[in-house]
Amino acid sequence: MAVKPHDGGEEDRSVRRRPGSSAQTASWLDSGGMPNRTDKVASADRGPLVSLRGISKGFPNVQANDAVDLDLLRGEIHALLGENGAGKSTLMKILYGFYRADKGEIVVDGERETIRSPLDARRLRIGMVFQTFTLIPALSVAENIALYLPHLPAIPSRAQIAGQIREVSARYGLEVNPEATVRDLCIGDQQKVEVLKLLLADARVLIFDEATRVLAPHEIECLFEVLRRLRDDGYSIVFITHKLREVLACADRITVMRRGRIAGTLSRCEATERALVLLMFEASAPAEVRLAPRRRTESATPSLELQGVFTRARSRQAGLEEIDLVLHPGEILGVAGVSGNAQRELGDVILGLLPCAAGRKLLFGEDATRWSAGRIRRRGVGFVPEEPLAMGVVPWMTVLQNAALGDLEKYSRCGGLALDWSAVRADVERSYGALGLSAPGLHTPAKALSGGNLQRAILARELGRLPRLVVASYPTRGLDVVSATSARRLLTTIRDSGASVLLISEDLDELYSLSDRLIVLFEGRIARTALPAEITREEIGHLMTGTGCGHA
Amino acid sequence: MRAVLRYVLILVIALLAYGAVLLMAGKDPVKAYGDIVNFTLGTPYGLSEVIVRMIPLLLTAVAVALPSRLGLINVGGEGQLYMGAWLATWGAITFTALPAIAFVPLLIVLGFVGGGSWAAVAGLLRAKGWVNETISTLLLNYVAPLIVGYFVYGAWRSAESSAFPQSPAFPAAARLPSLPGTRIHLGLLLALGVLVLYWFGVQRTKWGLRMRAIGGNPEAARRLGIPLGWYIVVVLFVAGGIAGLAGMAEVSALHGRLRSGFSPGYGFVGFMISWLAGGSPLGMLLMSFLLAVIFAGGSLLQLTQGVPFAAVNVLMALILFIVLAQLRFGRRRKA
Repeated sequence: MAVKPHDGGEEDRSVRRRPGSSAQTASWLDSGGMPNRTDKVASADRGPLVSLRGISKGFPNVQANDAVDLDLLRGEIHALLGENGAGKSTLMKILYGFYRADKGEIVVDGERETIRSPLDARRLRIGMVFQTFTLIPALSVAENIALYLPHLPAIPSRAQIAGQIREVSARYGLEVNPEATVRDLCIGDQQKVEVLKLLLADARVLIFDEATRVLAPHEIECLFEVLRRLRDDGYSIVFITHKLREVLACADRITVMRRGRIAGTLSRCEATERALVLLMFEASAPAEVRLAPRRRTESATPSLELQGVFTRARSRQAGLEEIDLVLHPGEILGVAGVSGNAQRELGDVILGLLPCAAGRKLLFGEDATRWSAGRIRRRGVGFVPEEPLAMGVVPWMTVLQNAALGDLEKYSRCGGLALDWSAVRADVERSYGALGLSAPGLHTPAKALSGGNLQRAILARELGRLPRLVVASYPTRGLDVVSATSARRLLTTIRDSGASVLLISEDLDELYSLSDRLIVLFEGRIARTALPAEITREEIGHLMTGTGCGHA
Repeated sequence: MRAVLRYVLILVIALLAYGAVLLMAGKDPVKAYGDIVNFTLGTPYGLSEVIVRMIPLLLTAVAVALPSRLGLINVGGEGQLYMGAWLATWGAITFTALPAIAFVPLLIVLGFVGGGSWAAVAGLLRAKGWVNETISTLLLNYVAPLIVGYFVYGAWRSAESSAFPQSPAFPAAARLPSLPGTRIHLGLLLALGVLVLYWFGVQRTKWGLRMRAIGGNPEAARRLGIPLGWYIVVVLFVAGGIAGLAGMAEVSALHGRLRSGFSPGYGFVGFMISWLAGGSPLGMLLMSFLLAVIFAGGSLLQLTQGVPFAAVNVLMALILFIVLAQLRFGRRRKA
C-alpha cells in the first residue's frame, strides 16, 4: 500500500480525526474576538493548509481558470463566490483531482503535490460534496459511508461503523440514523450523509459545491451551523456559491471569482453586499429587480383550470390529490413547496405529460384533459424545465437545432422534406433581441453552454414563440444574479403581455417578488392559496414542511 | 483518419485470429486468403457475386441503423427479412397472371409490408412500455423462420419437387430483373436508393431531426410535444420493411422460390455492419462490401479448401468481438 510520508500511518489515525489539535482550539479561545481569529490560526500554524498557485485550465471554448492563486487556511470557512461560469467549480474540481490543471501548482501542508485523481485528493484528505450526491439509494447510511472508508476491513463491523457515525454526527449536529436506507431520507439528510462520509474518511478539507441549492430554508441554517462547528474544530471548508446572503451568513473569508480570475479576497468584516457585487460584476452591478406592479386583466376565460385533479403516485413520491386551481391571463401563480411534494407532477399534468387519474383540465376554456403533449404545445403552452440539460434540450445538438425543435412545423418546407434553417436563425436572433439577450454561438452544442447561457437559450425558445401559458419550474435555479434577474424580468414581461405563468420555485424571495398569487403544495395537496401580502414566510415555511398550525 | 486506421487494425487482428483457426484445422491460411482475394476481387464473376451478397447486407444494415437514430436496438433484421420474403412469396404464387410491370412493384410493397409489420409488433410492444424492443425483435427472429418452414413444408410445398421443402417456382414476371450475364439484380438499386433516402431522411427532414431529438434526449423530446410512441412504431415499421425488401429480393431474384433457411444470417451480419459503421451511410456501404467479400470467400473456401461454410461465422464473430472490445476501450479512454 502506497502511503505518502506526510499521510502518516495507521497509528495516529485516532489523533488525526480532529484536524485542529486541542491546543490550537484553545489558542482561538484565548485570542477572543472573532474577526481576527483566522489571522491567528494562520500565523500560529505553518502557513495555509492548501495553496493554489497560478492555476490555469482551458476548455475548448473557454479559459475556465486563468492563473488563479488561492490560499485556504486551517480552520476557516472560505466562500468562493462568483457568477455562473466564473470558474469556481472548475478550480475546486482541479483541487479534487477531477480535472488536471494546464499550468500551476498545488501545495498542501507545505509540500508540492500532484493530484491526478480524486483518489490522490482523498489521500491528501481533501473531500468534496457535489451538487448531485454520490450516494447509493438502495443501501443504508452506514453502508454508504463504509463504502467510502479508505481502510475497510474484509468483514466490516456494522456496529463499529454505526458507533463511529453516531459519535461524529452527535459532535457536529449531523444526526442521521445509520440504519436508515438512503432512498428514504430527505435531501437535507442525504447531504448530512455526504458530509459524514467525508468526516469518517478523515478529510480535513471539505469542499461544498453549491451545497444549498437543494435545501429548504431551515435546512440551510442547519448546514451553516454544522459548518461553523466543523470550522471550530479546525476543518477547512470551501463553500462554492453565487448567493450573497449565504456568503455573508457563514463565511470567514470570501474570494470572488470573475471570468476565470480572482477578482479579490475579503475577510468577513470587510465584506458588504455592495463590495461583493462590485467585485462580482466589476462596475456593472445589475440593477435591482424592480417589478412592474401587477396588471391583472380579469378575463372571462381562465388560461388554465384544474378541477379535482388526481394523479397516480410515482414510486415513493406523492401524486397530486384533488387539485383545484384557476390561472388567469396576465397572472403569475407561484407554487411554493419543498421539492418532491408533487410540483413536478403538477407541471407535467398541465403539459400533458402525465395523465389525470381523475378530474378535469381546461386550457383556454376547452376541455384538454385528454390532449396530447404535442397538441397542448401547439395551443401555445411553453415550459421552462427544472433541469435544462436533461429535460429541455438535446445535449449534443446545437443551439440552432434545439431552437428548431421547439416549433418544427413552422420551419418545415416541402411538407417536412426540408427545413428552413435561415428562418430558424432569424427567429432565434429575433427572440434573443426581443428578450434583451445576446445570442451565444448558434452552432455550439447545448451541452457546451454554461448554465446561464443554456437557460437563456431555453427561455429564448420558449418565450420567443409568445406562449399564452408557461410552466416555469425553478427557472432561476443555479443561475447567477444577472442571469436570474433577466430570467425573472422575462417572466414578468410575458405576464404583462397577457400570458399566464405557473412559477414553481423553492426560492421564497423569488416567489414573493414575482407572484400575483401563491399556493403551497404539500404532499400533493394545495395546503393554502393566498396573496403574497396575506401570508408570511414563516407561515409558508410551516405549510411547506407540514409542521405547525398553518393558519397562525 | 484514425477511424480508418481502426478499421484496418480490426481487420488485421481478425484475419490473424482466423488464420490461427484455419491452421489448427490443418488448412493453409495464406493460401486460403489468397484464394479469397483472387476469386472475389480478381475476376468479374467473383466481383459480381460479392455485389449480390452485398445487397441484403446493406439493406439489413440500414434496417438497424434507422431505429438506432431513435436509440432503439433492432436485432430482428433476420426475422423481418424472412417475413418480407414470406409475404412476397404469397403474392408471387397467388397473382401468377400479373405482368412484370405490375408484379415488381407489388413484390416491393409486399416485401416491405411483410417485414415492416413484423417489426411493428415489437414497436407496439415498446411504445406501450411493455417489452423492450431488443428482446422482442431478437425473439421474433426465431419465430419467423418457423412460419416460413410451416408454409414450405405444408400449404405451399411445391408439387413438382416434393423431395425438397420449397414453394412452387415464381412466375417469370415475379422475378426481379437482373443485369444480363450476372446475378446482380434490381435489389442493388433498391439498396442504394434506400441508403440515400436513409441519409436524406435522417439528416435533412423534420422527421429526421425529431428522430435524432428522441435519440438524443427522449425526456426533452416528450416535453417538446413529439409523439414518441408513434415514432417508435413507424420507424420500426419502416426499418422492418427495409429488411423485408432484402428477403423479397433474395427469393424473387436469386432463388425464384421460397425455401426454408434461405438466409445464411444476413440479418445478423447487417446488425454488425450497422454498429461497425456507427450508422454512417458511407461506412455501411464499405463495411457491407467487406463482409460480402468474406461471405463470397466463404463459399469458395468450402470448395477449394474443404472448410465448411459455417467457418466464416467464426471469422465474423471474431470481428464483432474485436469491435466490441475496441468500443469499450475507446469509451474508457474518453471518460
